[in-house]
Amino acid sequence: MDLNGLTLTAVKKGLLKKDFSSVELVKSCLSQIDKFDSQINSFITVCQETAIKQAELSDEEIKNGNDLPLLGVPIAVKDLFLTKDVRTTAASNVLKDYIPQYDATVVEKLKDAGAVIVGKLNCDAWAHGSSGENSDFGPTKNPWNKEYIPGGSSSGSAAALASGMCIASTGTDTGGSIRLPASFCNVVGLKPTYGKVSRYGIVAMASSLDSIGHFTKTVEDNALFLNVTAGKDILDATTPDIKVPDYTKNIKNGLRGIKIGIPKEYATKKEGIDENILRVFGDSLKQFESLGAKIIEISLPHTEYAIACYYIIQPAEVSSNLARYDGIRYGNTRQNFGKEAKRRIMLGTYTLSSGYYDAYYKKAMKVRTLIKKDFEDAFNKVDAMITPVSPTLPWKLGEKINDPLKMYLSDIFTVTANLAGIPGLSVPAGFINGFPVGIQILGKHFSEELLYRIGYAYEQETKFYEQKPNL
Amino acid sequence: MDDKKYTPVIGLEIHVELKTKSKMFCGCLADYFGHKPNTHCCPVCLGLPGALPVPNKTAIDWCIMIGLALNCKIPNFSKFDRKNYFYPDLPKGYQISQYDKPFCIDGKLEINVDSYKKLIGITRVHMEEDTGKLIHSMVDGKDVSLIDFNRSSVPLVEIVTEPDFKNSKEVKIFLQKLQQVVRYLGVSNADMEKGDMRLEPNISLKITGEKSLPKYKVEVKNINSFKFVEKAIDFEIKRQKEILESGETPAQETRGFDEKKGKTVSQRSKEEAHDYRYFPEPDIPPIKFTDLEIDSLKKAMPELPDEKFKRLQKEHSLSEYDSEILTREKSTADYFEEAVKIGKDHNVLPKQIANTIINKKINVNNVLPAELIKMIISTTQVAAIDEGELEKIVKMVLDENPKAVEDYKNGKTQAIGFLIGMISRKLNNIKLDSQKVKKILERHLN
Repeated sequence: MDLNGLTLTAVKKGLLKKDFSSVELVKSCLSQIDKFDSQINSFITVCQETAIKQAELSDEEIKNGNDLPLLGVPIAVKDLFLTKDVRTTAASNVLKDYIPQYDATVVEKLKDAGAVIVGKLNCDAWAHGSSGENSDFGPTKNPWNKEYIPGGSSSGSAAALASGMCIASTGTDTGGSIRLPASFCNVVGLKPTYGKVSRYGIVAMASSLDSIGHFTKTVEDNALFLNVTAGKDILDATTPDIKVPDYTKNIKNGLRGIKIGIPKEYATKKEGIDENILRVFGDSLKQFESLGAKIIEISLPHTEYAIACYYIIQPAEVSSNLARYDGIRYGNTRQNFGKEAKRRIMLGTYTLSSGYYDAYYKKAMKVRTLIKKDFEDAFNKVDAMITPVSPTLPWKLGEKINDPLKMYLSDIFTVTANLAGIPGLSVPAGFINGFPVGIQILGKHFSEELLYRIGYAYEQETKFYEQKPNL
Repeated sequence: MDDKKYTPVIGLEIHVELKTKSKMFCGCLADYFGHKPNTHCCPVCLGLPGALPVPNKTAIDWCIMIGLALNCKIPNFSKFDRKNYFYPDLPKGYQISQYDKPFCIDGKLEINVDSYKKLIGITRVHMEEDTGKLIHSMVDGKDVSLIDFNRSSVPLVEIVTEPDFKNSKEVKIFLQKLQQVVRYLGVSNADMEKGDMRLEPNISLKITGEKSLPKYKVEVKNINSFKFVEKAIDFEIKRQKEILESGETPAQETRGFDEKKGKTVSQRSKEEAHDYRYFPEPDIPPIKFTDLEIDSLKKAMPELPDEKFKRLQKEHSLSEYDSEILTREKSTADYFEEAVKIGKDHNVLPKQIANTIINKKINVNNVLPAELIKMIISTTQVAAIDEGELEKIVKMVLDENPKAVEDYKNGKTQAIGFLIGMISRKLNNIKLDSQKVKKILERHLN
């Protein structure tokens, strides 16, 4: 039995029934990493020894009849999440030697829930990118075709999971960095509502947009994971004190009577949108209808300004957030910043400068308010929305590396959720020429429970998640 | 330094460090003075990757109390902003401050200058965090700059006045009053020597009678005593006047004060001015206040010096002079009122208490109010003695001392003192109301 290929739900059952031990499970993930990660390059650091030790402790706990939500489960963590005593690089040479003094809140919660951290995952440096190619530790490859990118910025998180190197992984989503790689690698990725999951201890990209989420093999797994990470954190002032439900509780309630909106701005033929993707998306709509959902066309009129708005606000915050890496601390000079980080620092510094602030940042904030309003209006008519995740299929490594603008446009369907602060769940929706394609389900603030219900019904009907790449 | 041709235009920026228990954005102890460097630090105040600020509620309340004490309006909506600049003592590369939506705006404070009263406008009062401290030192024979982050992120309130001052004297009186108000509120020790209060006057000169402000402004940074502020302002007025007299305009610049030479020196010109690239702090949601919340803060405020001054004068029939001295420091005023309460039961008048505190320079930290009252009683109070009894004793003493009676009748009025002493002796030397005894004696003698 390939333990590393199991879902989180199956792993939980197997560990409790003692079908296998946590040590066996962790070792099967480590051996998968050992075998294939030289080709995939999804890990920056593998915690071989501590993972096995932790697995042994987990087995003790299980033997003593103790249970925790993730007890003994191998989890991998994006290298933006601070892990005490374990090097955390943000995939940048600036932090290549940085060993944190503390754990991110999410890491602490995972550890408290019994998770075994198997390693730190590759990504675009500072989470700047849509392909994973901006990593100073080399690009991650798409497990479905190693000449192609896996999507970014959480490239390693999606690729490692799709390759069976862990049972679940964490990610961050500032403009689509979870949903895009999830879609490109045939896994489930959640960008929670802004503030639903604590940002404390995670290297900040753009603070008003950063959402802390995760990747799993199935929708139910995803809900189990959110049960652990969600909730108020006294160390993050942007996490509201809202009760965390059991996200798995109503997951099987079906879609009868649910109104699903299709934003016409996302689903029509336009330059840059792959026709095959529109076809797959159309197929998914039929599935939803057959499951009892009502499909309604809606409009998000300010969509066309989203990327422009995002590329003002995001670099502005980036320029400020990266100021602390000043070349004095952390041992490496600012020359170690890659091209993309430098580009964003310059863009952001420029738009915030006196004389330009009103024309750029302030105006972008106004557009952001309009985009938020678009969603509020739409959610008066529908319960949730469905859109494609990406306008294109994964591209070849190097294909867009010299055309940042083209790269930025791959986030065209995902950035709006970050600007509005709403949750988005990316689920597998089929294949085109052997490449996975995903759709995203968007909902109102704090509607993750509903997103899971919709995602689950669709997933159980389609079972795309069962297909695995041939490494 | 008043001059007929030119009128000084002076405004102030004052930083007041709050004495909250914890820092502005983390749980570290805010008390840094005299502590071992880098012992009150955490990921947040060290600006480590991933660390986030969580605002200190008490500090915000106290900032608003300062604003209310300065008669400011408290807008219902406020927010924090990032002020971006590079300096080694600023670990995040930005300071969390407030830009266009400060907690308090449009206030005023009245000052008493010898012969006149004057209202000083308060432009704004806002909240920010302090920086770390650079220590230039020698290690292993090398000149080094060390950073102590104990002060990093300690809550700091910035008060900005309108350019309403005409001379250094007004400035000094204002600062003393501000210090008094802040101490009354109990939100800061406002100790200049420890850097709890830092002063930055801006000074320019206009032609007397002209309405508009001068086209330049000179700021003098980080002065740490009232005396030096006076000196710096007087020096600047003289310096700028000389430049204007020569037909030129003083440069718009930031200057520092050289304490030893007693003069200001140029530090930074307008061209080198920072562009701080302010933008709303995304890690802290905007802060909204209801009128009710502001009202309840108002109610929670202690009585302020001006009110206390007026009340003490009125309630206890004190002179303006007495009331002013007693209310200079809250601890003295509180002490006085406590003593008045105790004194009431012993027929000790507030005026007597005020006189004793002021004239005997009572150390309110060493003498308990009850002890003070005892002291006053033992020096002034008469023993409660029956009138009839006293009459008897007076007669007895007069009979026993015919010589003294004779002397008195012959015009030696001092003989009466002898007689009072004799009466006192008969009563086992208890303290007598000498005025009363004197009256009885006089009645008998005449």
